[in-house]
Amino acid sequence: MSAPAITMDVRRMGDGVAVVDIKGEVTAACEPVLMSAYEAASDGRTSWLVLNFAGLEYMNSGGIGMLVTLLVRANRQRQQLAAYGLSDHYREIFELTRLDEAITIYDSEESALNGAVK
Amino acid sequence: MTETAGPDQVRSAEQIGLSAREAAAAPPPHVGPDAAQAAGPRDATSWAKKVDRLEVDARQGVRGTNVAGRRLTGPVQGFGKMWQKSYRMKAGPGIAPEQAIATWKEHFPEFWPKGNRFAGALTGINPGDVALLDLAMGGGVKLSTGVFVLYADHESFTLMTPQGHMFAGWITFSAEREGDETVVQALVLMRANDPLYEVGMTFGGHRKEDKFWTATLTALGERLGIQNPTVEAKSTCVDTKRQWRHANNVWHNSMIRSVLQTVTFQRNKQAA
Repeated sequence: MSAPAITMDVRRMGDGVAVVDIKGEVTAACEPVLMSAYEAASDGRTSWLVLNFAGLEYMNSGGIGMLVTLLVRANRQRQQLAAYGLSDHYREIFELTRLDEAITIYDSEESALNGAVK
Repeated sequence: MTETAGPDQVRSAEQIGLSAREAAAAPPPHVGPDAAQAAGPRDATSWAKKVDRLEVDARQGVRGTNVAGRRLTGPVQGFGKMWQKSYRMKAGPGIAPEQAIATWKEHFPEFWPKGNRFAGALTGINPGDVALLDLAMGGGVKLSTGVFVLYADHESFTLMTPQGHMFAGWITFSAEREGDETVVQALVLMRANDPLYEVGMTFGGHRKEDKFWTATLTALGERLGIQNPTVEAKSTCVDTKRQWRHANNVWHNSMIRSVLQTVTFQRNKQAA
């Protein structure tokens, strides 16, 4: 398996909220990277996890499957997933696969963080 | 076959991901964000365009019911426990992954077990295509449903199910190079669509599905010229929780509807 061409940096945005900045190519190969980022973002108090897709360059159906498994894991910890920074193309893919019904999509980081406090 | 279950069964990309081929696939060459933006996303032609409800044309050899007007359903919309199932077959060193996938796409319906019908588009398997299915359920009953081609490239393709199908989810068919040989696989990520299907899957449905895909891969292997093709099946319960909020999916249950359609057809035939 080739090394995943992706980086995921975690930013803590206050009590219970974390943002994961995703840059590169989302395929099933990057699942270990995403799960490491998820663990770094989950400190036991995190209830709102925001995925920033502004740096997303490529995604295949393996990447969507990986997001479903992340969703299962987050739900198990009673965490909510949100996303922002999706281009029209990737937003359509979220809608086509109906992933948008479980991962709330926002237009900006500000609105995603506002969603966390509601 | 190995089977594991439990809430801690979220596993690695290879075990959980839809497509190990996609996991291994080197995406198209990196061209930099500016150039990429100008040219559009590199995966743009591989994904189907967004659809709200499925539209279908009549196809020969299948009943073609329970598909038109239906929405697509992924694992998020399903009812039952979430399963990841993989069916893997070694194809040897002489077959390139692209060759295996091209053969699979071109002859997809021919590899299905006897009694089951897959009526796809005449042009093969392309993103956005809808295929109509008649599945043998025993006792002379055919379950009429369909699938949607969600994603397709030269190394893999993914089918997604509509409302009423036995399961909500997707299946990715892929091939990848592992060491010096090619491995072909089907990967399913699914939940039973409603409580009735969940009962059915528990009492024989999973076993039947395992047989189905094992037979399909074996037929593909024979077509590819593999001697004594062997399929390794593995099931993992990714989420043991059932999504009771989706119990009313049963309204669309294609099995019930197919039985009613068969009875109505027979009565009309007798009356005529």
